[in-house]
Amino acid sequence: MMPTNETDAWTLAVIVGLTVITIVTRSMFFISKSDWKMPHWVEQGLQYAPIAALAAVIVPEVVMTQGQLITTWQDARLFALAAGLGYFFWRKGKGQAVLGTIVVGMAVYLPLHIIWGW
Amino acid sequence: MSQLNIITQARHLLQHPEFRLGARHMSQVSPGLAAWGLMTGVAMVNSGMSVWEAVAMSLLVFAGSSQLAAIPLIAAGAPVWVILTTSFCVNLRFVVFSAQMRPFMLHLPLGKRLFNGYLTADLSYVLFTKRFDKPASDEAGRRAQIAYFQGGTLLNWASWQTASLTGIVLAHSIPSAWGLGFAGILALAGVASSLATNTLRRVSAVVAGAAAVAAFALPFKLNIVVAIAAAVALAMLIDNMSPDKQVLKNKN
Repeated sequence: MMPTNETDAWTLAVIVGLTVITIVTRSMFFISKSDWKMPHWVEQGLQYAPIAALAAVIVPEVVMTQGQLITTWQDARLFALAAGLGYFFWRKGKGQAVLGTIVVGMAVYLPLHIIWGW
Repeated sequence: MSQLNIITQARHLLQHPEFRLGARHMSQVSPGLAAWGLMTGVAMVNSGMSVWEAVAMSLLVFAGSSQLAAIPLIAAGAPVWVILTTSFCVNLRFVVFSAQMRPFMLHLPLGKRLFNGYLTADLSYVLFTKRFDKPASDEAGRRAQIAYFQGGTLLNWASWQTASLTGIVLAHSIPSAWGLGFAGILALAGVASSLATNTLRRVSAVVAGAAAVAAFALPFKLNIVVAIAAAVALAMLIDNMSPDKQVLKNKN
C-alpha cells in the first residue's frame, strides 16, 4: 500500500512556522541578554498550559470517531490508552516509562484493532 | 580563513572529553527516544503528509510532541494560527527549561544561543541540568559545559532524525489500516503523564480533555484553543482561591 500524498505550499508554510516556534520557545529566556521578568500570572499559566494542550489533542483522538463521541466500549483505543497509562503510573514515570507507555499500549491496540476489528 | 577557524573549532569540540561524555550519557537513553521518533515518522505519513513534507517537518521542527499535536490538525485543515497556538502551548515547557539554561548560555553570541536553544529537547535539558547545577566561572569550564551539552544534543538530534526518517520510509510498507499512527497519541499520553506532577495540573488535563470533546463541533479545530484556555483559566482560578495551596500543590 503506497500513500500518494501530495506536497503543498500551505503545509510547508506551517512547517516553517512550527520550526520558528521550536527555536523561540526553547531559547525564550536567553534570546535577549538584558534582564527581564515574566509577569506573575504568565509564570503561573505556564504551569498548566502544556498538559492542557496535550490533553486537548489526545482525548478527542481516543473517544471520538468522525466527530461523534463513541457509544461502544469495544474500541481498541480505550483499552490501549488505559494499558499504556497503567504502565506509566505503575513505573511511576521512571526510566523509559514513555517508551513503555507506547509499547504496552500498542501491544493491546494492535491485536484488538487488527484481529477483532475494534 | 574563517572557514579554517570553524573546522578547528569543530575538531576541538569533537575531541573534548566532555563532548564524548555527553554523547555517552545520551546514548544510554536514546533507544527510547528513537522508538518515539520512528512512530512520529509513521504518524506523519499515515496522516496524509507527503514524504517531502514529512522529511522537512522532521529535519526542521525537531520536536516530537509539537509535531504529533500538529499532525491531526494539519490533516483536518485547521487554520494556521490554531496549529501554531497549539504547538506553542505544547512547547511551553521548553520556556521553563530555557529559564534554567539561561546562565549557561549567555556568554555565547546570539547565533550560537539560538542554535543551542533549538537543540534543547527534553532529554538534553534533563541530562545537562543533572550534570551541572551552576555555570562555570572560567573560560575552560564554560567550554567544557557547552561541549557536554553539544555532545548529548547532537547525538540526540542524529538518532531522532535517523529513527524518524526510518519511520517515514516504513510507513510505505505498513498498511495504514493497522493504525500504527495511534502510537503517536500514546507517546503524547506518556509525555502528558510525566507532566501530571501535581493535582492542579491533573485538573487542567481533565478539564482540557473534556472541553475539547464538548466543543468539538466548533469550526477550525477551535475546540483545542477553547479547551486550553478553559483549563488554564480554571486551574489558575483554583490556584489563586485556595486558602491552603499546600493541599493542592503537594510537592511538585
